[in-house]
Amino acid sequence: MTDQEQAPDDLATDARAVSITINGTCSQHHVQPRTHLVDFLREGLGLKGSHLGCEHGVCGACTVQLDGQVVRGCLVLAVQADGRSVNTIEGLSDSGAIRELQQAFVRHNALQCGFCTSGMLMAAHELLEKNPDANREQVREWISGNYCRCTGYQAIVDAICDVLASRKTAQREGAAA
Amino acid sequence: MKAPPFSYARPRRLADVLSLLEKHGDEARLLAGGQTLLATLNMRLSEPSLLIDMQSVQELKGLSVTSNGLRIGAMVTHSEIESSGLVAQHAPLLGLAAPHIAHRAIRNLGTFGGSIAYGDPAAEWPACLLALDGMVIARSLQGERRIAALDFFTGLYTTELAANELIVACEIPVATPSQRFAFHELARRHGDYAVVGLAASAQWNDGELDQVRLAWIGVGNMPLRSSATEQILQGQCLSDALLAQALQTLRSELHAEADLTHSAAAKQHLAGVMLKRALNTLGRPRQLAENSNIV
Amino acid sequence: MNAPESRELRLALAVAAARAEAPHSPPADPVAAPLAAPLQDARHIGQAIPRPNIERLTQGRGQYVDDIELPRMAHVVFWRSPVAHARIRHIERDFARMMPGVLAVYDGKDLATICKPWVATLTHLAGIKSAPQYPMAIDRACWQGEPVVAVVAKTRAEAEDALQYVQVEWEALPAALDMNTALDPDTPVIHPELGDNLCFSRSLDTGGVDEAFARADVVAEATFDFGRHTGVTLEPRCQIADYNPASGQLTVYHSQQAPHMMQDLYARQFDLPESSVRVICKDVGGSFGIKVHAYPDDFATVAMSILLKRPVKFVADRLESFVSDIHAREHRIKGRIAVSKDGEILAFEIDDVTGIGPFSMFPRTSGIEGNQVVNLTGGPYKHKAYRATLKVVFLNKTPTCQYRGVGHPIACAVTEGLVDLAAAKLGMDPLELRKRNVIPDDAYPATGASGIKLEVLSHQACLRKMEALMDYPALLAEQQALRAKGIYRGIGFATLIELTNPGAAFYGVGGARISAQDGATARLEPGGGVAVMVSVGEQGQGSEAIFAQIAADAVGVPMSQVRLVTGDTETVPYGGGTWASRGAGIGGEAVLQAGLALRANILKVAEAILKREVQSLALLDGVVIDVATDEALLPLHELGRVAYYRPDTLPAGFTPELMVTRHYAQRDYPFIFTNGVQASYVEVDTETGFVKLLKHWAVEDCGRVINPMLVDEQIRGAIVQGIGGALFEECLYDDAGLMKNGSMADYLVPMAAEMPDIVVAHIETPTRSSMLGAKGAGEAGTAGAPGAVVNAINDALRPLRAEVWSQPVTPEKILRALGHI
Repeated sequence: MTDQEQAPDDLATDARAVSITINGTCSQHHVQPRTHLVDFLREGLGLKGSHLGCEHGVCGACTVQLDGQVVRGCLVLAVQADGRSVNTIEGLSDSGAIRELQQAFVRHNALQCGFCTSGMLMAAHELLEKNPDANREQVREWISGNYCRCTGYQAIVDAICDVLASRKTAQREGAAA
Repeated sequence: MKAPPFSYARPRRLADVLSLLEKHGDEARLLAGGQTLLATLNMRLSEPSLLIDMQSVQELKGLSVTSNGLRIGAMVTHSEIESSGLVAQHAPLLGLAAPHIAHRAIRNLGTFGGSIAYGDPAAEWPACLLALDGMVIARSLQGERRIAALDFFTGLYTTELAANELIVACEIPVATPSQRFAFHELARRHGDYAVVGLAASAQWNDGELDQVRLAWIGVGNMPLRSSATEQILQGQCLSDALLAQALQTLRSELHAEADLTHSAAAKQHLAGVMLKRALNTLGRPRQLAENSNIV
Repeated sequence: MNAPESRELRLALAVAAARAEAPHSPPADPVAAPLAAPLQDARHIGQAIPRPNIERLTQGRGQYVDDIELPRMAHVVFWRSPVAHARIRHIERDFARMMPGVLAVYDGKDLATICKPWVATLTHLAGIKSAPQYPMAIDRACWQGEPVVAVVAKTRAEAEDALQYVQVEWEALPAALDMNTALDPDTPVIHPELGDNLCFSRSLDTGGVDEAFARADVVAEATFDFGRHTGVTLEPRCQIADYNPASGQLTVYHSQQAPHMMQDLYARQFDLPESSVRVICKDVGGSFGIKVHAYPDDFATVAMSILLKRPVKFVADRLESFVSDIHAREHRIKGRIAVSKDGEILAFEIDDVTGIGPFSMFPRTSGIEGNQVVNLTGGPYKHKAYRATLKVVFLNKTPTCQYRGVGHPIACAVTEGLVDLAAAKLGMDPLELRKRNVIPDDAYPATGASGIKLEVLSHQACLRKMEALMDYPALLAEQQALRAKGIYRGIGFATLIELTNPGAAFYGVGGARISAQDGATARLEPGGGVAVMVSVGEQGQGSEAIFAQIAADAVGVPMSQVRLVTGDTETVPYGGGTWASRGAGIGGEAVLQAGLALRANILKVAEAILKREVQSLALLDGVVIDVATDEALLPLHELGRVAYYRPDTLPAGFTPELMVTRHYAQRDYPFIFTNGVQASYVEVDTETGFVKLLKHWAVEDCGRVINPMLVDEQIRGAIVQGIGGALFEECLYDDAGLMKNGSMADYLVPMAAEMPDIVVAHIETPTRSSMLGAKGAGEAGTAGAPGAVVNAINDALRPLRAEVWSQPVTPEKILRALGHI
């Protein structure tokens, strides 16, 4: 429900009806207010690609898109997403939106155990949109909200810089054409 | 951990938010960006009965310039401030501070009003509001009132807001041509809460510093200004002697508290370093300042 | 013509003969030594090939333990001791039991009815002692975080809701919290039946030490402190225990490094037949040693599945991870170095105290880390005199055990710190002092002063390479120029050795049922693909990729035709798993041998099908070819079709054996050591004490490099992990022994913005203990990084007569050293 009538009991904690567009498809669900978005995605919808590493909002493993912006999925309630749109790694992956990044990550070995990778790709994807001119230091700063214990970050930075550079080249060539 | 059970409301009208707040008092929490509140709930450090989500209240949104200055709606996000042309033009100090606030994903949801209402001494916006002589616009069912930043933060995570009040917006006087800003923050890692930080502004008139505002981050138990040090600098030109005097005054007026890895002595020392660096920015000669009044 | 069997034998003998030659002569400018025939056409080994099968991880389609859902699966949460030491008086469970969704509430006594206690000792750590430990504390909790009560419910949230209603009456007991006073008479003895708080002690004295110090021209000394810290795997510890009461079968899905070890332990502790226990490790979200140990939580979760007769899932919450994952590296070491005026290192001496938890950790013991500090200090150098004493003491803090590097980061930081102190006193360049004292490259095999056996290292070659790689003269000039402007940069070196490819010396000889051997099964599929089952698992480091590379070359098929199966005790050969940097060297060799054997068997089948002598045949890229003409004779899918479906067309008495298993254990040395050198370039803001890492270099010799990209990335990740301990990470405690910073906000792990770019280069000196020649590479980065970084910081501070030898090096410590506070 998008127009909140006051329920007879303001303090009812049981499940509410929500309508959320997930990876492009709008669907209705019932979810308890206390359930955060990633638990809803994982347990309610079986979308296991978003991960939980801390539930404090610090590690970034839970990063998903809400209305086109990256957010910490553990610091958003599913009910807050009522009437809004959510994109997960599965969605961005299947739509091809992050294909260049995914290929660059594989090419540069920018993932080892893979647990941070979903969140890292979501964050990188927003960087490509918001700051296509980012230099190496800016890339490091941008991804500094995503914890990786395996790679030491360099390969991830290389992969993202690789995509930034190839997009610039494509742009120049497109402009020249 | 999983948050304890609670109820949830998402009113569209400000009056409905205020009614719920009035009705449920301590049992209710306002949900702005949720970046602090939900982390607290995920750790079960708090067990409210009701969360009142303000995301649908139009009145709380928007950035605009009014006769009172730059008006920042309570629900304006850190990212919106970071990318706002109005902010860049009229309150560039906020633009300097924004990239230090956590990380992008947090900034996309975290709100200006939420940060001011929480009043964390280690956060950037409260200090900026102090440094800019900002104003908090608070509303309750009884009406609206304006609270100066200097009067707003009263103790550890404690503000002037009454239990049935919320912040609708903050207002910041627009930057004047002679106004300069400096923002310096020391953090162990990019985006962490500050070990020590300083948000500063001053009028610069041919070398003379006027209306100096020094607002500290991570030093006391609340956002605060070092007014005695400000007084020492008032009307003066920067010199080694002035700096030494300012540092001495700072040392006696600032009562830093230790954190997990930094002693009070370290914090005091670092505050002095921040002051020196900020004053170098604020007091530098005109040529260096051309086209930029920021550090 | 020789029969095929003899040809294989001749090749094997040739390899063995080459191995037996002594002494080893080092390559002048080492390049990768060619692989022995029949691997001369190695298209994949040595290539930087991207890992296959990781696209799914970029698509969010991994299979981590928490992704798995089983029918009727329940969730467990633990009530953990809120204090360091407490007598448990009474547990009231009734209220918790009444909460929605709750299935059961257990205490330590309940679980003890079906799970035996354990004592974590090893016979080869002479004198080590520890007390029996149960899955959950009974009567007494000995560390903050020890599990005491378990609540099982249908969802995690419901279990946590119910947890708040568990009422435990406890009474705080005096605690032992300081390793420096743990053995004092006033300090409470945690286990009175053990007599004192000493878990393990060791003394080593080569003799001649006092004489060396007496005749030395320069003696340098320092006290080195290392802060306790922990692994912080992004995926927390987790498992699903699934006991089927009808079949008596226990299946455990576990985020773990050593599934066979856990299989053995579950069988033993629960008195189940070994064959009834299956451990499955799918995707693991980071391990680093944190997940190679057997935790009380692991046994508790299994116990509850058995009692409840349904699957039980445990996923450690991050807050509980900080107090329940193993900690490591809490040491205070007093170290001295004796040097002659010509710069000859005469002796090292160390006195090491380390604080562990109240129990030695199962099953690898908490004595190993300190033991390795004793074994490895001074390791790269050729001095003969060495004395070391070690005390490993019990504390009422989280138990400690092996974590990436295990003692190496400490031994290296102490050694290299002392070398730098000596260089400064001598007025000698620190790189020069190292060059003069490392064991020469032509002196192998050698024995270190501590008794460690070194097969073949390349310290000199690595130092030369490092000097060029970092352009040392240019950096020195830059440092000088900037110092004149009041900018303080430092250059720090760390020469290191790192044990890899352990033989049975590590655990087996001590009585632990931890396998030092590994196996690989290679099977030709009817369609021409090759399936390889290996007992070493994937932790993200790329084991499956390098095994595919090795198998492709060993068998003679394209890498795209190779499929790996790992991590399931039911389907892979018996083996040790991933730890001590053994995956590539030991697992890789088993894969190599299995692949070669499969190739030989494939060619026998080809001989039978083609009716041509096997010596005239070869297998290349999945096709049987004529050796002389390269003519393609028979593709593998055709060979597979005939072998599996048309045995009627094959000669009588001939049976294709297209699935072969080979095992390998490294038996030449207790460990195959590797060596390397790292360098760090830093800038210290002397006003604030903040350190900026400008750059880092690593030259590493891990023998034959199977995939340079994967090895380089292992090294980078390991270096950053080491930097964590050097600058950021520490478990901080208050006076009552409570952890003050047990959250991701307050425990500082390295993030991208502060980390430097890391340049990696290699020297390749293969080991002769295997045909593959690969040594291990997973931990060396962590071993050397702290030493290099701390040395760089002290190099920056040296003109200001300040030094810091306490890790993590924080701005606080630098400000104090500089006298600013």
